[in-house]
Amino acid sequence: MSKLHVSTTVNGDAVEYLCDPRETLLDCLRDKLNLTGAKEGCGTGDCGACSVTVDGRLVCSCLMLGVEAEGKQIETVEGIADGDVLHPLQQKMIEYAALQCGICTPGILVAAKSLLEKNPNPTEEETRYWLAGNLCRCTGYDKIIRAVMDTAAELREAS
Amino acid sequence: MALDDRKSDFTFVGTRPNRPDGLDKVTGRAKFGADISAPGMLHGAVLRSPHAHARIVKIDASKAEAHKDVKAIVTRADFADVPFRPGLEGEFYNVLENVMAGEKALYDGHAVAAVAATSALAARDALKLIEVEYEVLPHVTDVDKAMTPDAPVIREGAADYSVPEGMHPNVVRYHESGHGDVEAGFADADLVIEDSFVTEATHQGYIEPHACLGMLGNDGKGELWCTTQGHWIAQKTCAALLGIETSQLRVTASEIGGGFGGKTTVFIEPVALALSRKANRPVKVVMTRSEVFRATGPTSSASMDVKIGMKKDGTISAAQGVFRLQGGAFPGAPGDMTAMCAFAPYNLNNVKQIGYDVMSNRPKQAAYRAPGAPMGAFAVESVIDELCNKLGLDPVDVRLKNAAHEGTKASYGPTYERIGLVETLEAAKAHPHYAAPLKPGQGRGISCGFWFNHGGETSVSLALSEDGSAQLMVGTPDIGGSRASMALMAAEVLGIAYENIRVTVADTATLGYNDVSHGSRVTYASGLATIKAAKHAVEKLCERAAAKWGIPVDAVKWENGCAVPSGPNAGDFDPMPLADITADMGSTGGPISGHFEATPEGAGVSFGTHIVDAEVDPETGKTSVTRYTVIQDAGKAIHPTYVEGQFQGGAAQGIGWALNEEYVYGEDGRLQNSIFLDYRIPVASDLPMIDTVIVEVPNPGHPFGVRGVGETGIVPPLAAIANAVSNAAGVRMKQLPMSPPRILAALKDNG
Ligand code: FES
Ligand code: FES
Repeated sequence: MSKLHVSTTVNGDAVEYLCDPRETLLDCLRDKLNLTGAKEGCGTGDCGACSVTVDGRLVCSCLMLGVEAEGKQIETVEGIADGDVLHPLQQKMIEYAALQCGICTPGILVAAKSLLEKNPNPTEEETRYWLAGNLCRCTGYDKIIRAVMDTAAELREAS
Repeated sequence: MALDDRKSDFTFVGTRPNRPDGLDKVTGRAKFGADISAPGMLHGAVLRSPHAHARIVKIDASKAEAHKDVKAIVTRADFADVPFRPGLEGEFYNVLENVMAGEKALYDGHAVAAVAATSALAARDALKLIEVEYEVLPHVTDVDKAMTPDAPVIREGAADYSVPEGMHPNVVRYHESGHGDVEAGFADADLVIEDSFVTEATHQGYIEPHACLGMLGNDGKGELWCTTQGHWIAQKTCAALLGIETSQLRVTASEIGGGFGGKTTVFIEPVALALSRKANRPVKVVMTRSEVFRATGPTSSASMDVKIGMKKDGTISAAQGVFRLQGGAFPGAPGDMTAMCAFAPYNLNNVKQIGYDVMSNRPKQAAYRAPGAPMGAFAVESVIDELCNKLGLDPVDVRLKNAAHEGTKASYGPTYERIGLVETLEAAKAHPHYAAPLKPGQGRGISCGFWFNHGGETSVSLALSEDGSAQLMVGTPDIGGSRASMALMAAEVLGIAYENIRVTVADTATLGYNDVSHGSRVTYASGLATIKAAKHAVEKLCERAAAKWGIPVDAVKWENGCAVPSGPNAGDFDPMPLADITADMGSTGGPISGHFEATPEGAGVSFGTHIVDAEVDPETGKTSVTRYTVIQDAGKAIHPTYVEGQFQGGAAQGIGWALNEEYVYGEDGRLQNSIFLDYRIPVASDLPMIDTVIVEVPNPGHPFGVRGVGETGIVPPLAAIANAVSNAAGVRMKQLPMSPPRILAALKDNG
């Protein structure tokens, strides 16, 4: 099958790639753009390790085709920090030891950032349900939930 | 240096600094198994058997070979001829059989061939062009059925010397141990309860699928990058399976996205190397999630009978258990471990335990956090709970009454040194959770748990830099923050800041053999080696200082990062900081490093006690865990936050095992639930916060008192949750997982 040309924007940078129509956005990010921050934990939309935002919407990049990215604005974990300044969520994840192996961390960060943009004051329950699509096998979620809620509190104070 | 120079007041140990790899992990920079590529790289894919048991009559790969994108195809013939031996003596053979099927496919998902092609899509497409002719054979996936006389034989001759005459050939190892006279003990009891319990196989469920990049030339020299808990075992095993020299294969461990025991062996790594050798190009292989479930090690499933006698005052007069574990189509199910751990928390005069290792047509089991122990604890602690209920006794008091302590002869043989079980039970009793009122419909469960912990071969090096910073090389992959605890321990000895120590997980060419990151051994063994390597460097620092001052080396001691005179008679010199000594080390004798290697034996066994509240919905059978407290002896918590994390992670995995997770096989012997949608691990909305209490009863076998903490945390949950659910539902749950249909059925049976 011949490849298709795609122009899109990732973390603010204009990028292009050629992809097979069967390749997912996740494949394209990882293999063509070398943005390996998003991970493939399942390939079936069940683990959230591949989370990115597309035009501001949280999606599993393993469930979207690479060709569908044409003309979109994509944000990945690589774009969360502002230069060398970490996003407060990133800082808190480290402080709270909210990661053990860290394979789920990129997806959790993307999903949590998207939560806080929509709901700056989530309850524990809301946080747990929002992140229910992001599997973490190491932590039992306790420290992740605390890190996200503490970030939310800090951001509220700062604003 | 002797082990008796124990330390109890600390500057760095016990603090909670940020982990050194934190930045890489929150920015997406960290390189995991699948995050690497090489120039000219090919992509590999593995063809897997759709049958649970089948003779491979013929493999015709000619169409795939003719495909322009395909560069290599391998089958069993492309691997070395590894000799067969019974039981675990033939583990290289077992692993080879598992990595690539020989004459028979032994389970649904068993690898039969592999291809390397120019793209991942092309490789997967090419698999469809390989034609395999199978002769389908009768199969068995259930442990009890696999032991019955008419069960299909997985492999003749696989049983080792331990198996008594007359057992089915699928029984491949047998364990029996204990002491005293159980029959006399049962006769002495006021109440004896005997019951049977079943647990299903669960998967470790690490979020990162297996992934590797291999390059092997026809000169027998190779490079391998892979996600693994132990790159030396990967090196040794791949070399054996490919017929090359161990030292000619350099293995680098990637960042690892979870393992829990499941990444302590090899699957795709030898396949990638075999493909690479044939294609003469680097080959990357990444498993799909479905391959992970179908073909990598789940834990064993178990069928168990437990009988315990108790006196009215709560004293256990005798205990006996039979534990049958199936470990897939290969020897290795830890029936021996289950048996040895089952009664280990208790001080018993009369105890007997039997364990069976049974083969069936399932994937080769792999270790999963305290392998074998959670199942046995489920059966034993359920019976103890029932005895407490029937005799009207408090479950914590009964456990305290029978708890093992220093000097107790363990159920599995040895005599305990200083252990912390009593302290965890006392902490449970004093914890507000234990006194908190329950709501209607809720039940509370208690369980203790035990795990041996492990030392293992360990080698560590530390090198000082001219500016006074230090680089530490360890050989145990960092699976949950161990680089932080290593740096803390090194900082404690050297007296320099935590931040000034860079810890690297070295490749196989850099250090001597290091055993896998398993057995809760990393903080214990690599930690011990780090402390000793740092002390070795300190000795040299003191020598240099002594030479500068012109005094004997035994007149110099190390304090707060400085050489100082050891007493008033040694002379009057200002403290000499580490960086002053390293600044000119090139001209005072050369580089300063420390090294240590050993197989430390004093891992120090560990115990925990869990308290769980659960609520059962009688309409749907759904269980919610409403409160959870983990209390465990860590010996000494080097980085307490990561210790808490281990406790919480173990509890969460236990909750999944107890309530949801199971391998479901169809009549056809195929795995029915090989994606995360159908094999449901706990998600954030399933769980409460998980409270932790770190008990510290120092391990006499470690300079800082460390006991491993990774595994014990998954031992009590199955039983603690089952006890909570049984107490909430008013009916004893004897089969895991306690999924809603099983709970509804139990409620119905109970009227
Ligand atoms: S990889 Fe996309 S949801 Fe798991
Ligand atoms: S930290 Fe390992 S999966 Fe979340």
